[in-house]
Amino acid sequence: MSMLRIFDVASSAISAQSQRLNVVASNLSNADTVAGPDGAAYKARQVVFQTALMGPPGQREANVGVRVSTIAEDQTPGRRVLDPKHPSADEQGYVTYSNVNPVEEMVNMISASRSYQNSVEVMNTARSLLQKTLQMGQG
Amino acid sequence: MIPRLTAALDFQAQALTLRSERQRLIAGNIANADTPGYKARDFDFASTLRAASAARDPAGNGGIASGVLPRTTAGGQIQPTLRYVQPSQTNLDSNTVDMDRERGNFMDNALKYDAALRFINGNVRTTLEAMRSHTQG
Repeated sequence: MSMLRIFDVASSAISAQSQRLNVVASNLSNADTVAGPDGAAYKARQVVFQTALMGPPGQREANVGVRVSTIAEDQTPGRRVLDPKHPSADEQGYVTYSNVNPVEEMVNMISASRSYQNSVEVMNTARSLLQKTLQMGQG
Repeated sequence: MIPRLTAALDFQAQALTLRSERQRLIAGNIANADTPGYKARDFDFASTLRAASAARDPAGNGGIASGVLPRTTAGGQIQPTLRYVQPSQTNLDSNTVDMDRERGNFMDNALKYDAALRFINGNVRTTLEAMRSHTQG
């Protein structure tokens, strides 16, 4: 029953995309953060997707799911703003904000939500096909 | 007698198996739409089905047009030869999944799976009907 594997594949995509949405949410909420947990400015995070072969050995090459292999930190320097009165200002009076680009994050969010919807649709179609298969010979 | 009764069903069952195989493959492509470096795959349904029915019925009139013998698993099930899809546009992360095409293929394949199911149901119903009218008449 190869159709049952569709659920594994689609749900791996759904969880990967929801993790991506999660990361986008943390980036957006930290867009104006001055300091992260380590005291330095917050660095934008990006998920890295990787193909994951699933299912029993022998038929793994056709079951290609997806998983998040790493969460990479964006290493570009953050935005620096001259504000000597700010408590986090350095000796020159500059405050370093996070390097999150809100426009990029919004685009990322829309892309993730579209892919999520696609996977849900794949699951729904597979479910209705399987239901019809179960009723084979009865109708 | 009995093999002849089920010959048409065999063909439809083979078609159904290959359709579900293809459905799974397209689901994998859609799942990996955002994976960097992933290459979309598909197989030629018509030639695979022709090869599958020829393998099942060597003396039959199916014939193998492409001349390629299909790979089979231990259970005698046909394993289609997977091919990489030619990308219509290049992508910076070298991912070759074309979402529009994959969605189209997915819908098309789902519809044809449904059609194969209906053929099987119709066939079963016809056979049952034939049996029933015999016992009643």
